[in-house]
Amino acid sequence: MDVRTEIIWEINVEILVCVRRVPDTAENEIELNSAGNDIERDDLVYSINEWDNYAVEEALQIVAKAGGNVTVVTVGSEDDEEVLRREMAMGANHGVLITDDAFNGSDGKGIATILKAYVQKGKFDLILTGVQAEDGGAQVGGMLAALLDYPFASLVNSVEVVDAKKLKVSREIAGGNREMNEIDLPCVLSIQTGINEPRYVGMRGIRQVASLEIPTFGTSELGVDASSVGGAAAKVKRVDYFVPALGKGAEMLQGSREEIIDNLIGLLKAKGGLK
Amino acid sequence: MARIFAYIEHKAGVADDSAAELLAAAKAIDPAASPTAVVTGWGADLDSVCNALTTSYTEVWKIAAESLAYPNAELIRKALAKVVPHGSILLIPHDHFGVDLAPGLAIKLDSTFVSDVVAIEGLDGASLKIVRQEYGGQVSTHVRCDVSSGAVINLRPGSFKPQENASANGTVVDKSSEVGALSSGRRYLETVVAESGDVDISKQAVLVSIGRGIQEKDNVSIAQDLADAMGAAVSCSRPVVDAKWLEKSRQVGSSGQTVKPKVYMACGISGSFQHLAGLKGNPFIIAINKNPKAPIFQVADVGIVDDILEFLPELTTKIREL
Amino acid sequence: MLDSIPSAAQAAYWSIPGPVLFSVIAFIGLACFAFIVAKRLTPLIRGERDIRFDRPLLRLERVFKYWFGQWKHPRFRTAGTIHILIFAGFLILAFQAFSLLILGISGDAVLSRFSETAGHLYGPVKDYAATIVFACMVIAATRRIVFRPARYEVPAKFGKGHKADAIFLLALIATLMASEGLIEASKAALQTHHGLPVEFLAVFSLPWMMNHALASTSPSTLWNVYRGAYLIDVLTFYFLLCYRPFGIQFHVETSLFNVYFAKLDRGTVKPVRWGLDQDNLDNVKSFGVKTFEDFTWKHMLDFYSCADCGRCSDQCPANAAGRPLSPRFLTTKARDYSFQHYPIFGATGNGTPLIGGIFSEDEIWSCTTCGACEEECPLLIEYIDKIVDLRRGMVDDGNVPKSLQKPLKALESRGNPYGKMEKKRAEWTKLADFQKTCDVPVLSGSKTADTLYFVDSITSYDDRMQSIGRATAKILDHVGTNFGILGAAEKDSGHEVRRFGEETLFMALRDDNVEAIKASGAQRIVTADPHAYNALKHDYKDMPPVEHISQTIAREVKSGKIKFNPVEDADSVYAYHDPCYLGRHNQVYDEPREVLDAIPGLKRVEMERSRDRALCCGGGGLMLFYEPKEEQRIGVLRAKMAADAGANVIVTACPFCMVNMEDAIKVAGLEGKLTAIDLTELVDKQLVRENSNGVVTGEQIAETRQVPAPV
Repeated sequence: MDVRTEIIWEINVEILVCVRRVPDTAENEIELNSAGNDIERDDLVYSINEWDNYAVEEALQIVAKAGGNVTVVTVGSEDDEEVLRREMAMGANHGVLITDDAFNGSDGKGIATILKAYVQKGKFDLILTGVQAEDGGAQVGGMLAALLDYPFASLVNSVEVVDAKKLKVSREIAGGNREMNEIDLPCVLSIQTGINEPRYVGMRGIRQVASLEIPTFGTSELGVDASSVGGAAAKVKRVDYFVPALGKGAEMLQGSREEIIDNLIGLLKAKGGLK
Repeated sequence: MARIFAYIEHKAGVADDSAAELLAAAKAIDPAASPTAVVTGWGADLDSVCNALTTSYTEVWKIAAESLAYPNAELIRKALAKVVPHGSILLIPHDHFGVDLAPGLAIKLDSTFVSDVVAIEGLDGASLKIVRQEYGGQVSTHVRCDVSSGAVINLRPGSFKPQENASANGTVVDKSSEVGALSSGRRYLETVVAESGDVDISKQAVLVSIGRGIQEKDNVSIAQDLADAMGAAVSCSRPVVDAKWLEKSRQVGSSGQTVKPKVYMACGISGSFQHLAGLKGNPFIIAINKNPKAPIFQVADVGIVDDILEFLPELTTKIREL
Repeated sequence: MLDSIPSAAQAAYWSIPGPVLFSVIAFIGLACFAFIVAKRLTPLIRGERDIRFDRPLLRLERVFKYWFGQWKHPRFRTAGTIHILIFAGFLILAFQAFSLLILGISGDAVLSRFSETAGHLYGPVKDYAATIVFACMVIAATRRIVFRPARYEVPAKFGKGHKADAIFLLALIATLMASEGLIEASKAALQTHHGLPVEFLAVFSLPWMMNHALASTSPSTLWNVYRGAYLIDVLTFYFLLCYRPFGIQFHVETSLFNVYFAKLDRGTVKPVRWGLDQDNLDNVKSFGVKTFEDFTWKHMLDFYSCADCGRCSDQCPANAAGRPLSPRFLTTKARDYSFQHYPIFGATGNGTPLIGGIFSEDEIWSCTTCGACEEECPLLIEYIDKIVDLRRGMVDDGNVPKSLQKPLKALESRGNPYGKMEKKRAEWTKLADFQKTCDVPVLSGSKTADTLYFVDSITSYDDRMQSIGRATAKILDHVGTNFGILGAAEKDSGHEVRRFGEETLFMALRDDNVEAIKASGAQRIVTADPHAYNALKHDYKDMPPVEHISQTIAREVKSGKIKFNPVEDADSVYAYHDPCYLGRHNQVYDEPREVLDAIPGLKRVEMERSRDRALCCGGGGLMLFYEPKEEQRIGVLRAKMAADAGANVIVTACPFCMVNMEDAIKVAGLEGKLTAIDLTELVDKQLVRENSNGVVTGEQIAETRQVPAPV
C-alpha cells in the first residue's frame, strides 16, 4: 500500500469523520459486573471504533488523491481525546473534541443534533461515519444526513470521486452484491469494514502528536439548545445489561471423541448428510 | 394508541419473509393492534405483493411510482414521510435496506428511533420496553423508548416468530397520489453481482462451514477433505473471507449468500446473528466449537465441544472407512 | 651478443618507447581507477553514519581469521577449496604484479635486491601459484556453465543474473595468468636461444609448459611474443582493475575493508541512528530505511562486496520454503540500484522508495531473523540490521500487514500479542496440581528474590506452552533456587517487536520491564525463552546476568544436584533442534546436548543441519502472526530432517520452536511417527526426586508428555 499517491484531481475535498472511543472487543473480556446491571468496566482497554477507523483511512485515501483536509470529531469527554490523537497520528489534519456536561446521556438523535451544529460551523464537502459502533445502533450517520438535508448512503464499501460535485459509491447488499449509486456532495456516508486496509499507527506517531492542539466545543460555541440534547432529552434509554437465560439449545453429544464421531455419523446418515 | 405500520420489502413480486415477522412484532407491542402494511414499488410486481399481503394484513397501503421501481431508500424515505401519519409506530426490518432508510426517516417523522431490536416486552403507557444486544451479542440490554410522538423501529430478522394463525381479509389502499414527485441527491445506477466462484453454495444440500476457529489458511484443507468425504461443499462465515482464506462466494450470512441446505455443519463458528441470517429453511445444524459457551449452541440441533482441527480429520478418516 | 634479455618494459612498441607507453597506460589506468572508486564512494558519503572504528585489535584479529584465513570458505567444500587456492594465488602474485607494473621491474628482481635466495624461492612459488589460479579459473567457469550448482541460479522474479559477467571475469583472470606465464616462457626461450643463463621455471607450471611449447619458435617471433605478452598483461591488469568495481569482482578490493568493518556483536540490532541517544529520537524526521541513501555507508559497502556466491540464500529458511525472500538478491538488487543511480558518468538519482521499487513488502516481512545468511557469508555481509531498518521504514509509513497490526495493537494496550488481560499473566502458576507442589511467588518491591524467572508472553498465556513454564519452575525449585516471576508487571520482552521495526513500542515495553526487573531485586535472570534471553542480554541495558534454563540445568547436572532416571522407552531416538536465538545468535550449542547425554539410555542423533547451520523452525514472536506467501512451511522442512535422521522425538529449547514443530508434525502427516518435547519438560519428567518416603520418579508429578512407541 503506497501512502504517497500523487494528487490526481485537485478538487480539495473537506472531509469530516465522526469517530467514537469504545471498549476494544478484541482485547477485552466483556462480562457482567457483580451487581449484574452493567458490564465490568475496570480493566477495559479502549480504542477507536473499528468502523470509524476504516472511515478515517478512506478519508485519508480520498484526500491523497483529490486534495483537501481530514478533520476527526468526537462527542464525549477528555478521555476521548486519545482516539482523536491516534487518528491524527494516522494522518488526519485536525482533531476536534465536542464536550459539555449538557451533552452527557444523549441518545443517537442527540448526538446527531450536536454534530449537525458543528457541521454547520464549517464547510465540509463530505461527512463520514462508521456503519455502527459496539452498541450496534447504526443511526448517527443517517440521522445527521436527515437533519442537514444531505443525501445519505449506508454500508458504503467503495468511494470514487467523480468530480467536485459528486461521488460514485457502492453499498453492500445481500448476497455479496454491490449497489452502485451516484451521490451529490455535500453528503453523508456510513462506511463498512473491509473497504480498505487501514494503515498502521505506530507508537512513534502517537508520541509525535501528543502535544498538538485539539480545540474543544461546548453548547455555547456550537449554539446548541441544551434542552434538545443530553439525558433529559433522550427518548431511548438503556435500563440495564444482562445475559439472557440460555434456552434449551443443542443436544450436546457426550462421550469419547470416537463415540461422538460414531454417533455423529449415525445422525448424518439419518439426516441425509452423507452421500 | 398509536397506529402501527410495517414496511414490507419484496423481490420479483414476492414479499420478503420479514413481512410475517413484522406482523408478529406488532402484536408483541399491542396484541389488539391491526398493523397496516406499507409497500412501495411499481407495476405488476407491486400489485401481486399487495394482493398477497391482504391475507395477513387488514390494510395494505400501496405506493406506486416509477422512480420507486428500484428500492432507493432516499426516495422511499421521502415518500413515507409524506404518507405515514406522524405519531405512528413504523416497523422496518434491520437489514441492508432498513439501516439505510430508518434513522433518517425517524428524523423526518420527528419520532423516536431504535435499531436492531431482538425482543419486545411490551408497551407501558408511552414507554415501549424492548431488548437489544451489544458487544457483538455478548451481552443483552433492556431499553425503554418514549414513543409518545411515534417511533421507527428496526427489527432483527429471525427474532420474531411468525404467528401460525394470522390471517386477515385485508384491503389494498392506493396512496400513490399522496406522494408527488420524488427526487433525491442519490441516484441508483446498477447492481454489480458478486462473482460466482467455482461452487454455488446456495444450491448445496450439505455444507461444511468454517469460521474463525479454523485459525489459518492452511487448515482450510481440513474442511475440504471432510466435505469431499461427505459429498458436500465448503462454506464459511465473514471473518474467513475478510482474512482472505476463502472467496466471498463461499460466505454464508447477511452480507453473503443465503443458503438452504438439509444439513449444515458449523465448525469453529461462534454463531453471530449476521451469519445465521444467511441460513434459511430449517436445516439440521451440527455445531462443533472449542468454546462451550458459543452462541451457536443455542441454535444448533446437535452440539460437540471439541477442537475442530483435531476432530474434523478424525471424522473424515472414519467417514472414508465406511 | 646480448648479455641479458632486456626487460619488456624497456623495449619499444611500434616505435613508442616502453617506458613512455607503460607510463601512459599506468597513468590512465590508475586515474580511471581512482575516478571510478571516487564515484563508487559517492553514495557512501551520502549514507547514514555507522560506528565501525572501535576495537581495532579485535577487528584486525577477525581480518586475519576471516579474510586472510578464509575461515568460512570450507563450509562449502568444493567452492571453498577453489576460492582458497585462488585467494592464495592472488596474494602471492600480487607482489609480482605490482612490482612488474609500477616499477617496471619483475618481482623476483625486487626480492633479489634484498636476498638472492628470496628471489630464487619466489620464482617457482609464483609460477605454481599462477598455474593453480589458471586451473581454478577453468574449473570455476566449468562449474558455472556445465554443472550449475543450484545456488548460482537466478529465478526469473529476481531479475537477470550476472553469469555472463562472472564468466567474462574468470576469462580475464585466466588471460592474466596466461600472459604472465607467456612472458616468463618466452623470456626463458630467448635466453636459451642466446645461450644466456635461463631463468628457472618451476616444473609442470604454466610458464614451464608454455616454454616447452615455444621450444622451436624463432627468436624474432619470440621477441614479439615476449613483448606482446607483456603488453596484454599490462592492459588486462588495468582493465580488470577498472572493470572490477562494476560487478561482483569488486569484492577483491572491498573484502578487506568489509571484513575489518564487519559487525562485532552477535544478537544485537543496530540503533535507529548510530551516535544518537534514544531520548533524542524525537528529532529524527524519519525512522528506518526508505530510500537507498538511508542505508549506512557500511551497508552500502556490503552491497559492493557481495560475490554473488549464493551461500546465504542456500541456507535461508524463508528461501527454502519458497517465500519471496532470498538474501543474495536483496544485496544484488541493491547493488544494481546503486550502480544505476550513482553511475560513473551521469547525474546521480534522487531517493526513490525501495519498498515497492526493488524490494517488495512481503520480501522484507518474510525474514525470520535466524541469522543463517550472516553465519554463512564469507565476506561477513550483514542482513538482519538492513531488514530491521527496512521494516522500521515501513512501520514509520504505516505500511504494516493487517495480520501484524492486531498483535502490535494488543502489545501496546495489554503488553502481550494475544490481547489477554495483564492480571491473567501469572494464571499458569495456579494450576491445581502444580500449585500444591511448587510455589511461584510474584516479585515486586515488597517481595524480592535472588533470581528472576522471566517467563515472557507465549509461555504465560498459551495453554500448551504453560507446561514449559511449570516444568521450568519445578526444575528451579528442585535445585533450590530462590526465584520468583514478575507476574502482571511483566510485559512482552519486545524482542520481535524491535526486529519487526516497531522501535518505539519496543522501547516502551523494555522500559516497563526494566523498571519491574529492578524492583524485583533480582541479581540473576533465568528464562526458558531464547528470544527473551537474547533481548535481556543484548537489547536491554544494565541488566543482571541472564541465563537460559539449559545452561542452568547443565551446570546442576555437573554439580550433581540434578540426576536423571533412565528413559523408559529405550528404542526412542532423540534429535536436538538448535533454536536460532540460543544456538546461532548466542552460540549455546553444547549445554542442551550435555543435558540430553546425561540422561541414561537416551539415544541422540544429530540432524543433517545442526549447531550454527541449524535450520530455523520458522520464527517466533510476531512471525507466528504473519501470513507469508510460501510453498511450504519452514517447520515442515525441519520436521522432515528429524525424521530423516532417524529420530522419533525432537527436543526443542524454545516455546516458539515447539509451536512450529508440533504444527509441522501435523501438517507433514508425521503424527504418530514424530513427537516434540521441550528440554524442560523432558528434564522434569526424567528428574530423580526424593520425597519423605524415598525416591520417586519425576513421572508421578510431572505433566506427562507422551512419547510414542518407535515405528
